[in-house]
Amino acid sequence: MSTRTAYTRSLDLKNGVVEMSHGGGGRAMSQLIEQLFGDAFANDILAQGNDQAAFELPRGKVVMSTDSFVISPLFFPGGNIGNLAVHGTVNDVALSGGQPLYLTAGFILEEGFPLKDLKTIVDSMAHAAHEAGVYIVTGDTKVVERGHGDGVYINTTGIGVITDDIHISGERARPGDKILINGYVGDHGVAIMSLREGLGFEASVQSDCASLNGLIGDMVKAVPDIHVMRDPTRGGLAATLNEIARQSGVGMMLNEPDIPIRDQVRGACEILGLDPLYVANEGKLLAICPEDQAETLLHAMQAHPLGKQAAIIGSVIEDANSFVQLKTGFGGTRVVDWIAGEQLPRIC
Amino acid sequence: MKHVDEYRNGDTAQKLAATLAREVDPARDYRLMEFCGGHTHAIFRYGVQDLLPGNVKMIHGPGCPVCVLPISRIDQAIAYARRSDVILCSYGDMLRVPGSKFTSLMKAKAEGCDVRMVYSTLDALELAQNNPDKKIVFFAIGFETTTPPTAMAIKQAETMGLKNFFILSNHVLTPSAIQNILESPDVRALGSVPLDGFLGPAHVSVVIGSQPYEYFVEEFQRPVVISGFEPLDVMQSILMLVRQLNEGRAEVENQYLRAVTHMGNTKAKKLVAEIFELRRVFEWRGLGEVPYSGLRIKEEYAAFDAEVQIPVETPPARENKACECPAILRGMKKPTDCKLFGTHCTPENPMGSCMVSAEGACAAYYSYGRFREAV
Repeated sequence: MSTRTAYTRSLDLKNGVVEMSHGGGGRAMSQLIEQLFGDAFANDILAQGNDQAAFELPRGKVVMSTDSFVISPLFFPGGNIGNLAVHGTVNDVALSGGQPLYLTAGFILEEGFPLKDLKTIVDSMAHAAHEAGVYIVTGDTKVVERGHGDGVYINTTGIGVITDDIHISGERARPGDKILINGYVGDHGVAIMSLREGLGFEASVQSDCASLNGLIGDMVKAVPDIHVMRDPTRGGLAATLNEIARQSGVGMMLNEPDIPIRDQVRGACEILGLDPLYVANEGKLLAICPEDQAETLLHAMQAHPLGKQAAIIGSVIEDANSFVQLKTGFGGTRVVDWIAGEQLPRIC
Repeated sequence: MKHVDEYRNGDTAQKLAATLAREVDPARDYRLMEFCGGHTHAIFRYGVQDLLPGNVKMIHGPGCPVCVLPISRIDQAIAYARRSDVILCSYGDMLRVPGSKFTSLMKAKAEGCDVRMVYSTLDALELAQNNPDKKIVFFAIGFETTTPPTAMAIKQAETMGLKNFFILSNHVLTPSAIQNILESPDVRALGSVPLDGFLGPAHVSVVIGSQPYEYFVEEFQRPVVISGFEPLDVMQSILMLVRQLNEGRAEVENQYLRAVTHMGNTKAKKLVAEIFELRRVFEWRGLGEVPYSGLRIKEEYAAFDAEVQIPVETPPARENKACECPAILRGMKKPTDCKLFGTHCTPENPMGSCMVSAEGACAAYYSYGRFREAV
């Protein structure tokens, strides 16, 4: 006598929504994992179906980073929370100068979230991972009651390896070093702000979100002695440069006309009363290297599709107070300080 | 960026700087007050001070609507927000401003109060339409620039028959505040703190015109130049003030010919006069009680006046005694002369009015200018 195979209705990716049972540990959860995540992220390590991933790493120092993504809106011009979650962590690992290899993905889903949207998000994660050459090898799913989440939150953790000759770190900026950026500043923040509820403000700017490991690979090959590399995400250029200045105990002098900013971004910031230097980026990196190698690094960046608009935007200077300063196009100088709280639109 | 870059051109700035350097009288100081926080912001953001001769000193006035709002009014707004039948809305800048005991609308929101950031009074009206079971209280603040939109919103609410839309009016007047500064004993009688001239805010004069300043150039014999907000506007206006002072004139001059007329926007002024009336006295953070400097809603429109329809009680509030904002706002002290500056009082944790908004003198000094003190 044979046991009958139970018939399970396959996931309704058209009209279905996330239900509490999708996080309950039962059949519904296993179905969601297999049919949605398993399919999209398919690789040998994930296919083993274990609660953890086991793998070998190439020789070198292991580098690891984690990031949680709670962005609203979930979908924006140029991306969505899914590819953002991959790009963000890939970049954090890659900015050490190392090669990102594996990712984990943790999902917190809100009851009632459309499975169709979840599939779009998961597919774009898979696509972003494929492009960046990394594998999503283990993950987790939890469901919270309706009203207790914002649709989807995603956490990703990345792991990679750095070869022994690379020493990129926030405390290595030295007076005389040059500061470089790989392109236009502020695109991501303006794209998101143009969509936020109640703004009624349409901008033609797309988020710059991208995995930078390819570009970084070329940069490290051209100039192995890059001193510092970091991505100016939340808080923008201003926050990242202030962090580095403090860590390295140096000051910085930027030259405003050299900082690449799109006209649309300048316009949007003008209307909203924001400063582009404080607006978030998701596909940008700041690199600091010795002056005599700055041109080489610049050319290596400009040769990569994600670095076409790369520019040298300033220098590291001696300053016991670790101020980041800006020579304005107008002819004056000012401090580019840490932001106090969140950047809010001004009244008048 | 067209129509903006022209007013930020570095070459023109150098030429203006050279003219200024040539024309200033090296034997004297020029102490000029930019009344408005928008000018303070422009001066620091573009580094205008670097292009001015050493004896032209800019004094940062009290013209930031967020900064001058007294603690008690913020406590009042928070008291509204704490009512479960109220949605409190205001402009973004306002949410972070600390009230008593380090509370703020932002913190009230975190505690679960319904506080919304709006971009215009139209958003507030929409909230009222969409939430008929809630009382919408719009925390209205600002100088002459934001008063007409508030008046307009009341008119619209009346037309739409909205019964759940209320205004907490904190609108204040620029000329009364300037007059108050000039009348303070240190400035007027003792002459210990000379203020030689004023930059008037152009956007205020787009509404009120240049005419309201005519009285006090005569009364106080100080020149006023109504100035735009781009850095070249500011430099040109400074040059105009310097020339007036050199020639011994005290007149109202209009640098912002692009939009300011003698009488201003009469339609907007009429609308404001229809809905609002002068308060006998209004408290300014930093300046104290200033006579006839604030607006309240007229009795005919009391149906929209939050203070009349939904009275709330708040205990009296006190400023920190060590705070030097009153002296800073009158040009008697610099932000760095205050013991609290940069230690107890920072943009993250402001104690006094001048540190509250990015446009306040202390905040601008802290964020953009403190390296000057360090060297």
